[in-house]
Amino acid sequence: MNDDNHGPELTFEDGGETPVAVLANPSLDAIVKLPKTIKSARRHMTNPTTTGESAAFSDQTRWMLAVRDQRDKVAFGLLFDHFAPRLKGFVIRSGAKPAQAEDIVQDVMLSVWRKAHLYDPARAQVSAWIYQIARNRNIDMARRNRPLPEALTAEEPEHEPDAGQVMALEQEADVLRAALDRLNPDQRDIIERAYLGELTHSDIAEVTGLPLGTIKSRIRLGLERLRHELKDLR
Amino acid sequence: MTATMTKDISHHISDAVMAAYATGSLSQAFSLVVATHISMCDDCRAALEAHEAAGGVVLEGLAGTALTGGLRARVMGALDEDAGEDRVERDVEARGFDVYPAPVAQALRGQGPRWRKLGGGVRQCILSADREGSARLLYIPAGRPVPEHTHGGLELTLVLQGGFSDKTGHFGVGDVEEADDDLEHVPTADKGEDCICLAATDAPLRFHAIVPRILQPFFAI
Ligand SMILES: [Zn+2]
Repeated sequence: MNDDNHGPELTFEDGGETPVAVLANPSLDAIVKLPKTIKSARRHMTNPTTTGESAAFSDQTRWMLAVRDQRDKVAFGLLFDHFAPRLKGFVIRSGAKPAQAEDIVQDVMLSVWRKAHLYDPARAQVSAWIYQIARNRNIDMARRNRPLPEALTAEEPEHEPDAGQVMALEQEADVLRAALDRLNPDQRDIIERAYLGELTHSDIAEVTGLPLGTIKSRIRLGLERLRHELKDLR
Repeated sequence: MTATMTKDISHHISDAVMAAYATGSLSQAFSLVVATHISMCDDCRAALEAHEAAGGVVLEGLAGTALTGGLRARVMGALDEDAGEDRVERDVEARGFDVYPAPVAQALRGQGPRWRKLGGGVRQCILSADREGSARLLYIPAGRPVPEHTHGGLELTLVLQGGFSDKTGHFGVGDVEEADDDLEHVPTADKGEDCICLAATDAPLRFHAIVPRILQPFFAI
């Protein structure tokens, strides 16, 4: 594990006219890492396909909202180019055979498309939302269906997300990323292995020390808001 | 029971068990208890989603593995197909009934429990059992004790109706008791309402006293 842990960032321009074909097979050579300052600036660039407050959201949030609300295939392609290689790495580390790995990636990405109406940016980052889909898929492959909590969602999350809540959640995720970056390599390795499904239940007590409390209270606010909306629906 | 019922829960899923569930390393039986508790408890739902945020950060940080040609085209080509919808939507459609939140309702396949007598008025319904452990519903008449038992490992007990007390405290609807193998306890149901619990162990449950040892293989799966 190297010390700079943001991982490579695929470079595509904001907006839909990205040369998608070039990104179809992102190789490490094609990946250029952006300095943090540029990345955070990119966060605030506007996208011609979004308007209003959502223009300030991260690229991934805007792509996912475009998939959810406009069934935008170009935006989905951008999500695919970003997440599919990472998902492949994830499922291989979780124990999938390489031959199986791309089938799982395909399943997960199709779930992202088909379940997009359930994505709520006020409750989860795109990466967190895709993470749980992939983890559930891994478990379903390995054993039988994983017991899941009762869904807590209005059939369609509201179309205009609460921009303040979405931005605050993105900031909490940045805090989490920074905390992960500050860990020493051994700690960091344990955390990564835990979330990638490489540790057993008895090893897992190690997965503490991340500042989950702050993001938890932010998520809790999102849940309360949703409960409120659900009550109004009855 | 709907997912909107949740208040006054004072005994939650421990950090270690929640982390194991969130990262996918918890057994099927314990996962059922955790998923059911989360269906009733916003605090623990937020804790799960916080872990998923961390999982997302880890996923983001991966270097990625090169894809073989054709995967992208296959996925893009499949966007307009309907196939597989039933499977991916299973977690969305699940709904609870009576006192049973969706995960239990699913384990019951949508039908009321088929209770088996355990002795002392106590009844059980096995929901799942495999090498890693078992999950069952327990029905304890008001004011009655659960047969004294020990367990080889961890036991999680979640109250779905009524409540019970043992030497560690009182447990009401939504509360989870996490008991390790040292705890030899006699949970006693509250007076006034029959108690229904979801209990999971990672080892065969062994009853003393009321259930003769020779019968144990029938009960302790
Ligand atoms: Zn709880």
